Amino acid sequence: MIYMLTHYAFARYALIAGLITGVVAPLIGSFVVVRRLSIIADALAHITLSGVAFGILMGTLSRAMGLVDPVYYGTLFALVAALFIEKLRNVYRFYSELAIPIILSTGVGLGVVLIGLAHGFNVDLMGILFGNILSVTKADLMRIAVAGVVVMGTVFLLYKELVSLSFDEESARLSGVPAGTINFIFSALIALVISVSMQIVGILLVSALITLPVASALRVAHSFQSLIAYSILFAELSVLLGMTASFYFDLATGGTIVLVAVTILLLILLASRLRQYARA
Amino acid sequence: MQDEILRVNNVSFRYAEQDVLKNVSLTLHRGELLGLVGPNGSGKSTLLKIILGLLPLRRGEVFWFGVPLARFRDWTRIGYVSQKASSFNTGFPATVEEVVLMGLTAKLGLFRRPGKKERQAVDEALDLVGMNAFKKRTIGALSGGQQQRVFIARALVTDPEVLILDEPTVGVDMQSEERFYELLETLHRDRALSMILVSHDLGVVSQKMDTVACINHELFYHGAAEKFRDVQDEVVLKTYGREMQVITHGHVLGSHKHSILDACWDASRPTAHDAIVSDELLGNENTSKEATLVGGDKR
Repeated sequence: MIYMLTHYAFARYALIAGLITGVVAPLIGSFVVVRRLSIIADALAHITLSGVAFGILMGTLSRAMGLVDPVYYGTLFALVAALFIEKLRNVYRFYSELAIPIILSTGVGLGVVLIGLAHGFNVDLMGILFGNILSVTKADLMRIAVAGVVVMGTVFLLYKELVSLSFDEESARLSGVPAGTINFIFSALIALVISVSMQIVGILLVSALITLPVASALRVAHSFQSLIAYSILFAELSVLLGMTASFYFDLATGGTIVLVAVTILLLILLASRLRQYARA
Repeated sequence: MQDEILRVNNVSFRYAEQDVLKNVSLTLHRGELLGLVGPNGSGKSTLLKIILGLLPLRRGEVFWFGVPLARFRDWTRIGYVSQKASSFNTGFPATVEEVVLMGLTAKLGLFRRPGKKERQAVDEALDLVGMNAFKKRTIGALSGGQQQRVFIARALVTDPEVLILDEPTVGVDMQSEERFYELLETLHRDRALSMILVSHDLGVVSQKMDTVACINHELFYHGAAEKFRDVQDEVVLKTYGREMQVITHGHVLGSHKHSILDACWDASRPTAHDAIVSDELLGNENTSKEATLVGGDKR
């Protein structure tokens, strides 16, 4: 594997893209999970599919439009959907979780129709759905790096507002935190993270990378800062071990990364159970 | 005359074609302790949300420090401990220090990170409520009473002039409730804080507060707590309706010095009612455990 990394650029791009995803996905995931919005990541990932399909369709209709990477359309669709989710959550105040299946099913339905229209079922659909980390180009890596820096920078700058809103939105609003704006920025950050993670684990597994490391970290964290630190540690472990395992055993990389994340979670649950027994 | 902190003029609020609040007017002056009481669903929390700008003010006027609510921006002068604070996500992995620091979010403003001064303010607020020893503990690992103190510290960390507490002792055991009222007395004495305490515990409010506002969609009494004791039967009948009875019985706990009006409850909940009645019929002197049974809620 070391040989691959030193001799092949695509292997290096894949590793760096994976490591960036291993930071930004659990970073945003920490806020997503404590706000009990885990399923939002799934809904936005599915709407990204329709955006990517729209991009592919545009590519078949116009040469100029085809110059834009379909992933950008995917991110744009996810951003618009994030705004709609906030609106729908206000429309159905007592059934706010309804907003998520509405967006999710719209995403899949629209995606399938657009892919059909673009005659795109022969496009690398498997890569979009399940990820293809080895297909990361230098341009992709630049896009992922820029998105990663934007996500990390925004969370750094708005950290205290994001934590306050996640813990107690009513009190945060009352004290003067601009909740509407921050919530929209937060949704936009989720959309960006999805666009970063899409190529690594695929649309269907994006939410796994956002939530699984946080689920593991929740069992060991004693503060919010430690939750973020542990989440990133577990995500990076999943990326590195998953990529190594997929290389040596010739397995699908996205799926293997997610399975490693699940294994870490199971080991942590087992360890906490054993510790409970030891105490009793 | 003392400074007027809050003025509420003829505030009305309708929800789903029903009057939740009808022409409610009241005032709060500097250093005053106001108890806002009424049965469950009487509109107390709605009134609070309106004066805090969390619900729209459709009819009437609200002035904070003489400034109309629509133009009032200086929310750091007001500390608020919501009813929901006692039912927050206990799995949230935040330390006590992190929770209190959240109170400074808006005061610090966007992009500024808390520094030494802010951490010192957190320490002072935690000292005030006697929780500094717990600052590295996870909030979910504390008892209900301890969590309530942490939330009060979060409200106090901005050094507010008014503290608003919405049903602060719900889910808190008897001893913690006693300590809680002692803390309020200390805060009032040492910091000259004005307070609004929303409760359905008429007994405690009439004893601990300077003024009482009795509300059940309409305002039935607003005035000095001492005068309230003279007209309590009439006001309670109006506020709580026919289903409510006022029960007077011994109240032997610490700072409750009077036994004027210890408990009233919803007679439609026979279990709580019967428990006290049978205690009294049996001449059971140990009534302190039931002393804060109010509105049918058993704590």
